[in-house]
Amino acid sequence: MAKLFPSQRTAAASDDEAAIRVEGIWAGYDGHTALEDVGFAVTKGSIVGLIGPNGSGKSTLIKVILGMHRPWQGRVRVLGREIATVRRLLGYTPQIETVDWQFPVTVSEVVMTGRYGRLGPLRRPTGADRAVVESCLQRLQLTEVADRQISDLSGGQQRRVLVARALAQEPQVLLLDEPMAGLDAAIQHELMALFEGLRDEGKTLLVATHDLSCVSGCFDRVLLLNKRMVAYDDPAKVFTAELLNEAFKSHLILLPVERAFYGEHHGHD
Amino acid sequence: MIEIWNWLSEPFQYEFMQRALLAVLMVSAVSAVIGAFVVLKGLAFIGDALAHASFAGVAVAFVLGGSIYLGAMIAAVATALAIGFVGRRARLSLDTAIGILFVGAFALGIVIVSRQSNYTVDLFSFVFGNVLGVGWGDLLLIGIMTLAIIAIIVAFYKEFLFYAYDPEMAAASGIPVAAMHYGLLALVAVAAVVALKAVGIVLVVAMLVTPAATAGLLVRRLHQIMLVGALIGFVSSVIGLYVSYYASVASGASIVLVATCLFGLALLFSPRRGLLVPRRPDLVGAHDGETMASER
Repeated sequence: MAKLFPSQRTAAASDDEAAIRVEGIWAGYDGHTALEDVGFAVTKGSIVGLIGPNGSGKSTLIKVILGMHRPWQGRVRVLGREIATVRRLLGYTPQIETVDWQFPVTVSEVVMTGRYGRLGPLRRPTGADRAVVESCLQRLQLTEVADRQISDLSGGQQRRVLVARALAQEPQVLLLDEPMAGLDAAIQHELMALFEGLRDEGKTLLVATHDLSCVSGCFDRVLLLNKRMVAYDDPAKVFTAELLNEAFKSHLILLPVERAFYGEHHGHD
Repeated sequence: MIEIWNWLSEPFQYEFMQRALLAVLMVSAVSAVIGAFVVLKGLAFIGDALAHASFAGVAVAFVLGGSIYLGAMIAAVATALAIGFVGRRARLSLDTAIGILFVGAFALGIVIVSRQSNYTVDLFSFVFGNVLGVGWGDLLLIGIMTLAIIAIIVAFYKEFLFYAYDPEMAAASGIPVAAMHYGLLALVAVAAVVALKAVGIVLVVAMLVTPAATAGLLVRRLHQIMLVGALIGFVSSVIGLYVSYYASVASGASIVLVATCLFGLALLFSPRRGLLVPRRPDLVGAHDGETMASER
């Protein structure tokens, strides 16, 4: 697969510049293959969109990068090092469904859990941790709901809480699994603006999404995934009828409208 | 006034009532702390199962003449770990795994006991509970288990909270979620054993679930649910002891019935979520005006 994309693979940063370098990853569950020979490199200080239909292996790829899922084959380097040694520099936002939103915790408590990886066992959060939480809440415009129960939040607020928690990890590299799913266009743009701000601070973001949303064009690069890597390039080059059809197959019907493509989905809300 | 005081203090002139009071105090604390997780994570069936499974250990210890608490604890913790293992690994629903394992262990207990010609009160106090028969030795054991459980939860409170509301992210943050998973089940097992002598195998789940669920209707933070749950458990227990003393009825069942009544009251009259309390409009759909609203 990789041989089809020699230009990107050489263009995409030498070892010291790559925030994430993934080589020849094969992974899956119980004999079911989720990723087939995926390899790419993400330049430091860029936003990469990880786009593919549901079940295309996006979450698995993110978990492999995080070291939460052991691949059958292949190698991952984050900031040029083994994941175990750089875990603290990674921020993560899981899919919204993995969180128990009925659990009796407040917004600021949830954002504080972003500090726990750094705190380690048996240590209580300090004033410095609270200051970080405070600034993350502010950045995501959550200060007003800081003491609210997470069960009382709207869908958009829930996403922002998860992003705030990931920021509280003070990461160099952010892996965001479907942070925009189910959000309306205006909110997606606001989140995208936030991501661009983080990028401009030198952070690297990998943003998974299963739909070709209005903000897809804002990514610096797009990785089209459907178990294998369909394409990895600038959005303008990736968003072609041919590549999108290959990635989404029957999940997507492309309607050419003047010079843009509008995706229409089947099978989810 | 004096009469009321006499009425209230009379039962506790007796040492067995004093011991019972100490026992229920500790049982209430442990049950609420662990019960909060049991209620929030939907582990009620597991709690019930572990109490029943402990009967195998009770029976073996009874036959061998060993410590019944130790036997109960070994059986309950072993079953908890087996359930945890099956739940994580096997392609079997957790409910099914629990159902198979606990009934198996309980049946083993019955088989062992049925070989004994002399069923004793001691043995049955574990099945139906007899907090009035708690001895100083029992109290010491309950005390040690209580302190251990509370120390573990206090020490790892933030990890347990993280694991409970978002295991995925907890794992990504380097928290050993598999160990937390087994650890929590083991703690439920030990808590069930602590409550055994007070209310009996059949009613243990009530101590784990009812006070914490009642507290959940009244307060909205995890540590508050634990504290208020412990208070509710203790109040239920004390009232239950009076009922048991003056009406000459079974102590464990009285305690559980009082707890059930308190839950019913909270369900009807909780200021925040009571069925008979009008909704405050500011709490309904409280997603006030903000730029990022209106989705979904």
